[in-house]
Amino acid sequence: MTLLRVENLAIDVAREGGARRLVHDAHFSVDRGETLAIVGESGSGKSLTALAVMGLLDEGLKVAGGRMVFDGQDLGALTPRQHNDLRGSRIAMIFQEPMTSLNPVRSIERQLTEGMRLKNKLSRRAARARALELLAEVGISDPERRLKQFPHQLSGGMRQRVMIAIALSCEPELILADEPTTALDVTIQAQILALTSRLCRDHGVGLVLITHNLGIVARHAGNVAVMYGGRVVERATARQLYRDPRHPYTQGLLASVPRLDLPRDTPLRPVPGAPPDPTVAFPGCRFHPRCAKATDICREKVPEFTEADGHEVACWNAGAVAAEAKGAVA
Amino acid sequence: MTGAGPLLQVEDLHVSFPIRKGLLQRVVGEVKAVNGVSFSVPRGSAFGLVGESGCGKTTVARAVLQLVEADAGAIRFDGEDIAQMNAPALQRFRSRVQAVFQDPFSSLNPRMTVGRILGEPLRVHRLMPASGIRAEVARLLDICGLPAGFAELYPHEMSGGQRQRVGIARALAMKPELIVCDEAVSALDVSIQAQIINLLEELQKELGLTYLFIGHDLSVVRHLCDEVAVMYLGRIAEHAPSDPLFASPRHPYTQALIDAVPNPDPDYEAGREIVPLEGEVPSPANPPSGCYFHPRCPLATERCRREAPGLAPVEPGHSAACWETGMALPAE
Repeated sequence: MTLLRVENLAIDVAREGGARRLVHDAHFSVDRGETLAIVGESGSGKSLTALAVMGLLDEGLKVAGGRMVFDGQDLGALTPRQHNDLRGSRIAMIFQEPMTSLNPVRSIERQLTEGMRLKNKLSRRAARARALELLAEVGISDPERRLKQFPHQLSGGMRQRVMIAIALSCEPELILADEPTTALDVTIQAQILALTSRLCRDHGVGLVLITHNLGIVARHAGNVAVMYGGRVVERATARQLYRDPRHPYTQGLLASVPRLDLPRDTPLRPVPGAPPDPTVAFPGCRFHPRCAKATDICREKVPEFTEADGHEVACWNAGAVAAEAKGAVA
Repeated sequence: MTGAGPLLQVEDLHVSFPIRKGLLQRVVGEVKAVNGVSFSVPRGSAFGLVGESGCGKTTVARAVLQLVEADAGAIRFDGEDIAQMNAPALQRFRSRVQAVFQDPFSSLNPRMTVGRILGEPLRVHRLMPASGIRAEVARLLDICGLPAGFAELYPHEMSGGQRQRVGIARALAMKPELIVCDEAVSALDVSIQAQIINLLEELQKELGLTYLFIGHDLSVVRHLCDEVAVMYLGRIAEHAPSDPLFASPRHPYTQALIDAVPNPDPDYEAGREIVPLEGEVPSPANPPSGCYFHPRCPLATERCRREAPGLAPVEPGHSAACWETGMALPAE
């Protein structure tokens, strides 16, 4: 059974004059021991989607459609209490900013053992012993001393290691990591991501890695969902996506990043314009105002998904787009 | 005065900050943020300073902009030592050197319209009569890819990319020769970042600008800069033209930085052998002995623990500070 399947998820925000849709259609799935990357820029809805799975949407935001099925259970049908029981114990989350997601006035020991004592009903002594193991596992030296410390006494990289240890503490089946290394230096970023991937693989944990960094996706993810303007617009294995990007937005993203493995003077071909304001509704494909290939139908109707070899794309011109991209490469 | 030498020369720059403690804020020590940095930037070129947090790259930029004072060393602009400049020369200097910062939201005044933000430096430096300012603002917006109507907007009414274009337009208002870009594209989304990089390149070509580009994203720095210096804890670890630096790095830290950057190609990544760097950057308030990099270095020997290597040439134009892979001289 698929560990997590999200289907046609829609999320609305309550505004004066009625609800506005922020996420129109998120869909993806992830299995045990597998890494799925959700790629997108600010406002694409990738973080909201993760928060919806966690049952942590802010007040004023609500799931307005679709389904999220975790290990056969419909998350939408859960009471807040039932959702709370899953959170931390079976589904864990790693946030971007470890300084704001750790409690500054509680010791590392208290924060790291809280979940285990509450969810797994471990004794204080057993939880402490496990906490020491976890800190060693995430590569923190002198765990005895670190347990007594407070977040401000740790470096950014160490705090994020503690966050990973907390996420792993109740042996979850699924971890959602929202830009887990964006605030860190490159060498620390590489350490933390390698660690997270290895631990998830070793423990058979499904990992949803939310990022804007296409390099990180290529290094760590097996499958990818690209989100734009509140929709998943393309879904494929990482190999398929990089070798044969079919959505014009995905192609634009890939042409936007300078790369160390290509000649220095390789020109960047960015997508013109900026992502749409998520609260402003307009007909047709969310990408059409920036798309060089947009036709009349793109301005009128939301594109349907087409699938070939497990590679899905939501673009009216995907056939032509894909053929042309291939022609350009050849 | 337009000399033939490099536009900017930084010579043995030292900058330190006091560490204060206690109720009386007594000075109990100092952080050597920049510890003997030298480089020069030829006119019309782009020079990159890369490194992780605490390496001193931003402090170098701030010293060049005269926002922090140097303890020792010299910064020469167009052959003239800026510490020796008199007030009128310094004012001229301030218009010839401009800055673009990382966060366009906090570097633009939220209470001013774009028109006022761009017009103010023109008024202050009396670059043109008041009647010409409106047209000049429109021209500045146009070369930065924004419609003239943006002059009426406030910063919060614009997207991050548009704000950064305004930040660049403001720098250009003074017709500067050198622009210091401190993480100027780091806060932007991928597709917007590429637009701004292209804009910086076009402007450089059209206006003959010189850039001092501070960044932590190696691929962006490589793309934009002709020459790059890699900094670690206040010192330059390696310095070379971009191509040799990235193709054949000589310092183990440069190699580690390059290894840490994942390329957007799963096949390339799958076949890549990476020895991840252990540990974290030590505190600049309490740097290690010898070579500052030795606690994290896979090649470190006894000598590296004892004695700091100086920057020495390994090829023409390419220098590295490493006992093992360079031809290091002892650091002074």
